[in-house]
Amino acid sequence: MDKVIVSPSPHVHSPASTNRIMLDVVIALMPAIIVSILFYGWCEILVLAVSAVACVGLEWLIAQFLMKRPELFNGSSALVTGLLLAMNLPCTTPWWVVVIGAVVAIGIAKMSFGGLGQNIFNPAITARVFLLISFPVYMTNWAMPDGFIGSVDAVSGATPLGLIKEGLKSGSTIPEILSAHGLTASTILRDIGGSSGEISAIALLVGFCYLLIRKVVKPWIPLSILGTIALIAFIFHAIDPAHYTGIGFNLLTGGVLLGALFMATDYVTSPMSNWGGVIFGVGIGLIVMMIRYFGSYPEGMSFAILIMNCFVPLINRAFHQKKYGRA
Amino acid sequence: MTNTIIWTVVILTVLGLVLSLVLFWIARKFKVEEDPRIDEIEKTLPGANCGGCGFAGCRAFADAAVKAGNLDANYCPVGGAEVMKKVAVILGCEVKETAPMVAVVRCNGTCDARPRINTYQGAQSCKVKAALYGGDTGCLFGCLGCGDCVAACQFGALSMDPVTGLPVVDESKCTACGKCVAACPKRIIELRAKGPRGMREFVSCINKDKGPAAKKACSSACIGCGICEKTCQHGAITVADNVAYIDFAKCKLCRECEALCPTGAIHGVGFPKPLDKEAVKKRVADRKAKAAEAAKAAEAAKAAEPVAVPVQPEVKKEENNG
Amino acid sequence: MAKLTFSIGGIHPADSKIARERKIEVLPLPDRVYVSMFQHLGAMAKPVVAVGDTVKAGQIIAEPGGFISAYIHSPVSGTVRSIGPRKDLAGFMQMHIEIEVQGDEWAEGIDLTPELVTSIPEDRDFILDRIKMNGVVGLGGATFPTHVKLNPPPGKVAECLILNGAECEPFLTSDYRILLERTDEIVVGAAIMQKVLGGCRCVIGIEENKPEAIAAVRASVARLGYPSMEVAVLKKRYPQGGEKQLIDAVMHRQVKSGGLPIDVGAVVQNVATSLAVYEAVQKNKPLVTNVLTVTGDVLPAEKQHNYLFRIGVPLSFIAQYAGGVPESAVKMVSGGPMMGKAIANLDATTVKGSSSILYLGEGTARKSESPCIRCGRCADACPMGLEPFLLKSLYKAGDVAALEQNAAQDCIECGCCQYSCPSYIPLLDNIRMAKGQVMAVIRARNAKK
Repeated sequence: MDKVIVSPSPHVHSPASTNRIMLDVVIALMPAIIVSILFYGWCEILVLAVSAVACVGLEWLIAQFLMKRPELFNGSSALVTGLLLAMNLPCTTPWWVVVIGAVVAIGIAKMSFGGLGQNIFNPAITARVFLLISFPVYMTNWAMPDGFIGSVDAVSGATPLGLIKEGLKSGSTIPEILSAHGLTASTILRDIGGSSGEISAIALLVGFCYLLIRKVVKPWIPLSILGTIALIAFIFHAIDPAHYTGIGFNLLTGGVLLGALFMATDYVTSPMSNWGGVIFGVGIGLIVMMIRYFGSYPEGMSFAILIMNCFVPLINRAFHQKKYGRA
Repeated sequence: MTNTIIWTVVILTVLGLVLSLVLFWIARKFKVEEDPRIDEIEKTLPGANCGGCGFAGCRAFADAAVKAGNLDANYCPVGGAEVMKKVAVILGCEVKETAPMVAVVRCNGTCDARPRINTYQGAQSCKVKAALYGGDTGCLFGCLGCGDCVAACQFGALSMDPVTGLPVVDESKCTACGKCVAACPKRIIELRAKGPRGMREFVSCINKDKGPAAKKACSSACIGCGICEKTCQHGAITVADNVAYIDFAKCKLCRECEALCPTGAIHGVGFPKPLDKEAVKKRVADRKAKAAEAAKAAEAAKAAEPVAVPVQPEVKKEENNG
Repeated sequence: MAKLTFSIGGIHPADSKIARERKIEVLPLPDRVYVSMFQHLGAMAKPVVAVGDTVKAGQIIAEPGGFISAYIHSPVSGTVRSIGPRKDLAGFMQMHIEIEVQGDEWAEGIDLTPELVTSIPEDRDFILDRIKMNGVVGLGGATFPTHVKLNPPPGKVAECLILNGAECEPFLTSDYRILLERTDEIVVGAAIMQKVLGGCRCVIGIEENKPEAIAAVRASVARLGYPSMEVAVLKKRYPQGGEKQLIDAVMHRQVKSGGLPIDVGAVVQNVATSLAVYEAVQKNKPLVTNVLTVTGDVLPAEKQHNYLFRIGVPLSFIAQYAGGVPESAVKMVSGGPMMGKAIANLDATTVKGSSSILYLGEGTARKSESPCIRCGRCADACPMGLEPFLLKSLYKAGDVAALEQNAAQDCIECGCCQYSCPSYIPLLDNIRMAKGQVMAVIRARNAKK
């Protein structure tokens, strides 16, 4: 014992740390990543690798040389952003588009606000939206190359949501569209494609359950998002099944699960209180369904999250913890 | 296509016109009548909004000055006499002359002089540290080194010296706003007169412990020995609570105290030449010897008073000349 | 019966009660003791002895310096050697009386026999006077003078006396040991306090991780036959033993911000205080002894002890007797790991409220801070329902008005926020300062009224 340490209380700390939380998120993403690699093969590995390396590398470069504050570099959080970005992109995305996405995510959405904890918008979503608007062809057309398991027919074209949107615009009904493209309800659910993260609902749910067990996230935001979407889809589908898609279809397509489970629950860009989270989730659900039913984009998860991100500071102001002795 | 362009231009133009009218109307409707001198004074002030004057900002200062109609309660330490003169012209009143001040760090307990006896871990804030315990050195009065003063300074005039672990004042940037004085929980920093050509003497220690205790904690602590007090010919130094203090108004910058201080707690800054301690010590010693001699002679004279009355004034004269 | 717990926040730190099976040992007397004049909440006590005086153990050596203050007794017999400033736990100078120990002779009128006295005096004022004259203060941490707390202001009625045996701080086992070894005395002490408070009911709250203590106290209450006294099993959750949390758990009532427990009809006393009350009233024995745990994660189990010590014994003497400071300790704490005070050395002496010497290892050194990721764990953990992340930034911004609005003054400094922060942000360090600022503003405002 050389020199005693003196510090204010408390003198013990929980085992939690920022890096441990980020590691938990990476672990939770693993089932979905493995499934998408199995389905899409080498090109998926390439997108994941490029995105992860670009995000971590860019964060380091920006913190070190541009901002000259090396302490702002947080590798684990950049890695999570990188993986989420990759899972939001179709596996056919060229590597340079992925790098542009990384620049937007890390450079613009995260570091320009001051780094970890300071950003208003979810970096991965911001990048996805940027790419969606800038390179719509790469982002919405998806080809299914050879995966490591050969159960999927090689199809090429727009996502099911995109097909339905186009079909509805041209005046046909949903059953007509589906039969025209040789899709049935079961093949849709099996072959749902697009971004790699959308491929397996079960893998995403397994990962999310891990996060719940580790108490990294609370279930209120995903529950309220999915609940709102289900409710709206149920009502509209019951009224007019020919023009409005159903509950299962809406919950399982277009990155709703990925968004609700992993993107909307991002600590930095979601409200802190439980009730705030519910408001946030309901808002996202409403906006997604408005875009899907009445907007011009086939899916709306990214936009919905971004729009609700803007309201987070307001929600945080409005919803406070229940205080002791101040009822 | 052309139709769209025309319509866009028309709509935007109309919208712009309507909105500008609304803005114009609002500006008229909600205009607040203010004394124009407030704006004028605010422009004259440095605009740092530091609060050093005791008001919330430069505008609040200007507001208060105009309302009071004089500058008795207002002084901008940042702008100094120059700015205050200009403000006085605007208000048409007099301004008191105040000697320029500067922040002075009254702790010279460097890492070498004041060894660390434990390690502090906690929020890097002197306030937190001061509230927690006596500090990581043996001295209960010295600088805690977490830099609350540096954080409080809006002019970048303070910085922590990594070698000594003490704050350093950059005189050219210090405006004597007093923020650091308020920020220091140990009350180490004091605003002192800058002095003629920036020359000043001060005791760089506020340790109120008794000599041995103070010395044990820090080799350069003021031990309250009183040598400086006895040496000073101008009555500028007082020792209270085991620590010396130099009254700047009385100090004649002779640097004798500095030379004689056994621990080096008295600092002189801004002097053109480095202090020749030996020479000053010799000077003081000579003077003391002479004084002792004179006293002896006086005593002898007193003893022989009835016989040799006329000798006395001569001795006195000699003393005065010395 | 269902396990009781508080309704907001809370954490579950590792229990670490390593010394729980160590029986209480009587610490021998040192050569010299240093009795602090500042062992209680409120005004400093005034010495009534002079240097050179001979004193007996249990003799009054200092009297209260104000309404909220307490008598202090000599813990040993011997000669007063000096009265003057000496460093306290935090290293600040406080007035101490130094006594050289000579023999062990007790003052007149103190019953030192171990027999249980169950017949409680009838006169309420007599009981209160005994508690006051024997210098009893709350031993749960705040050391508030007990006779003041047991004498509610007119108009306030105590409905329930809650005896706090939660001992929710990790490591500490002194309360647990006295619950096991001095059970009957504690129960009689509680009955005395019930009587003083006008015959209210009494709930003895003990955390579920001490089943032996729960059984022992239940058996004692049944044997001694106190119908209005019951044992409540509390969930193991920190800060279960916090006064406000305990009231919430037991009575399902919350004390209003700025209010006192008596406002909701509650009086909370620690089990150690109850023992002190028993000794003061039934045995006329002043509060000069207490039980303290020597423990820590780097201290081998066989070196961990529960000692009955004389108040004023230097910490260094206890540490020495227990086998010295372990090499691997990087931190020494007086009190629990959540709210205890870290000490730079063992020069200070024990005071009435001393509950432990805790040695902590490398793992408890603070880690460097990283940016807030807004996970909200601090807010989830806060048992007062505050938002620590917000309070910290408001403090940094210097916005005292907003701090008051966000209830910084309600902070109980339990440390839950800082414990749970994954970014290792020193939240409580800052909020403690913020609380001080807000309290100063509130006091100034009240003074103006």
